[in-house]
Amino acid sequence: MNFVINILSLGIPFSVALLIASLGEMFNQRAGIFNLGCEGMMAMGAFLGMLVPYSIGQGAYVPGIYNYLGLLLAAGVGALLGIFFALVVVTFRAPQGIAGIGMQMFGVGTAGTLFRHFIGGTQSIPGISVAPIPGLSQIPILGPLFFNHNPMVYVAFFMVPLGWFVLFKTPWGLRVRAVGTQPRAADSIGIQVNRVRYQALALGGALAGLAGAYLSLCQAKMFSDEIIAGRGFIAVALVYFGHWHPVKIMGGALLFTLAQALQLAIQGLGIDFPYEFLVMLPYVLVIIVLAISKKTALMGPTALGKPFNREMRT
Amino acid sequence: MTKRFKTGYRIGVIILAIITAMLLGAVILWAIGADVLKTYLVILTEPLKNKIGVTEVLLRVVPLTIIALGITVAYRSGIINIGAEGQMAIGILATTAIALAFPNLPRGVLIPFAILAGAVGGAIWGFIPGALKAKLQVSELLSTVMLNYIAAQLYTFFLRGPMLDPAELTMGSGTPQSMRLSRNLDLTRFIKGTRIHSGIFIAIGLAVLIFFLLWKTSYGFKMRAAGASERAARYGGINVPKYLIIAMMISGAFAGMAGAVEIAGVHRRAIEGVTSGYGFSGIVVALFGGLHPAGIVPAAFFFGLLIYGADMTQRLVGVPANMVQVLQGVIILVIVATKMILANPYLMQRVESRWHEIFSRKNRAQEADA
Repeated sequence: MNFVINILSLGIPFSVALLIASLGEMFNQRAGIFNLGCEGMMAMGAFLGMLVPYSIGQGAYVPGIYNYLGLLLAAGVGALLGIFFALVVVTFRAPQGIAGIGMQMFGVGTAGTLFRHFIGGTQSIPGISVAPIPGLSQIPILGPLFFNHNPMVYVAFFMVPLGWFVLFKTPWGLRVRAVGTQPRAADSIGIQVNRVRYQALALGGALAGLAGAYLSLCQAKMFSDEIIAGRGFIAVALVYFGHWHPVKIMGGALLFTLAQALQLAIQGLGIDFPYEFLVMLPYVLVIIVLAISKKTALMGPTALGKPFNREMRT
Repeated sequence: MTKRFKTGYRIGVIILAIITAMLLGAVILWAIGADVLKTYLVILTEPLKNKIGVTEVLLRVVPLTIIALGITVAYRSGIINIGAEGQMAIGILATTAIALAFPNLPRGVLIPFAILAGAVGGAIWGFIPGALKAKLQVSELLSTVMLNYIAAQLYTFFLRGPMLDPAELTMGSGTPQSMRLSRNLDLTRFIKGTRIHSGIFIAIGLAVLIFFLLWKTSYGFKMRAAGASERAARYGGINVPKYLIIAMMISGAFAGMAGAVEIAGVHRRAIEGVTSGYGFSGIVVALFGGLHPAGIVPAAFFFGLLIYGADMTQRLVGVPANMVQVLQGVIILVIVATKMILANPYLMQRVESRWHEIFSRKNRAQEADA
């Protein structure tokens, strides 16, 4: 029992980067943009998040503040990358799938180039450490599972109801859903479709950057070229799996916690199982999940992947 | 609208795209404090200065061309294959397995057999996303990426386990690699002192083959029809899901063959890092080459130059080789954006009328001179 709880509570922080990134991707797709560049934005976020505490915080290391500055910088540059992506797919109406691949290569390549120049080799940082919530973390079972993590875990899980509120209960959320389902109708009542899509991509990019910075600051506490390891793509898959709904997306992210926990458990128990197949597990899981999840077109944004052109009849 | 103007317009847009991409790349170079002009100069000219450099570029042209041809088949059929990296890895495993199992077959049998095995391995890895897309509407963009990661792990598993070089076991340096494959599998290196191998003729042959397949057979017509407009193709009685799967299998087979040729021609054993991003570069080559064999071969040369040149920037100007990935990403973004600009009829008309204005003015000036 104790072992199971230990493993699960270790697994939960591993799903947080996925959760944040897929919430961002959810806003993109709700606005009708398929952002496959998420992986690249995360890579940039991971590098920038670590750069600030590494370069400024070195020597006289002041814990805390520089880490959060890193998170902010990552989110800011993520938003800029989102706007750049919007320029390509919204203004120039380029096909989103292939443009996303370009964005991914650009982000991963830039992060790798800058990393080699500014940091060089593998360097670990103290990063953001665990902050148990006083009182609550003492509760048996629930305490270690939910209240004994680094602060970003709480922030991420708070983003779920917040994202739900923004998407379904605010005028801006309504506009996002409108431009993603019926852009023409939205246009006819005076919503500026492309502007809303730019905003959604900026938000999605910021969250992707934040998710990347989470990986380097809270999870790995270092940067490497393979740090994202396809999490950006898994995040996109989670949005499909979660039918563009924050709560279901969280469910999907927790499913990956289980996969992670299983990995840790097998390693922890010393079962002789090829390591490569353990690493493979999440990716296999994504394919299975995509294959069995219901393709309910009605629930999703119907204009997903279609550029909007005011001057054309469709 | 004259044909001459159209061609000129297209070339103009491509040049504009290259300049934009280089400017965007310059921003990154500027950020790391590198000499921008010198970096570009090194990438584009340094490899061409001697025989070894040129052949090393050509060495990279081989896998780039073969993979890009496969990606073109898929792209033209309406399915984007970003899984070439994984398909190539599986192809290498299949080739290695055959070469390890039948080392004593004569050259004339072993080489085609092993390359065919690579093609089959890649085709199987391409069949999975194709079938998932055709039968279960799973986005091929996501499934192929996932299969890349899975293939990479399988590859390491086989190199560390079943295919590990017996010499590594006894010597114990722990490098995950297979043993030196049978000499009967070696593709001839036809210029002394360089690594350039006869695989380049295979690549060119495959380019011709793809041209005939896509433009001169009914299969190719049906695949292109399915890619151009799925609905219209379905209305025309084409079994779109079937051609999607076939296109994906061909695409995977080509990536697998690229792996097989790379092993037989360059490395002569399965080692880690053979794929080294060729799968993704292949996408850029295919797009840059206009999704046509005649464009892909020169495009592959350009990117071979870029990849090999970027290896040199580290030593000569202190720019990390990752820069090539930045440039490739930017080039994709710029190409897809300019393609849409190119397709805008209003803009084209405006440019044309302006063009005629300038030209007729010139003519009038010449008349006045006379």
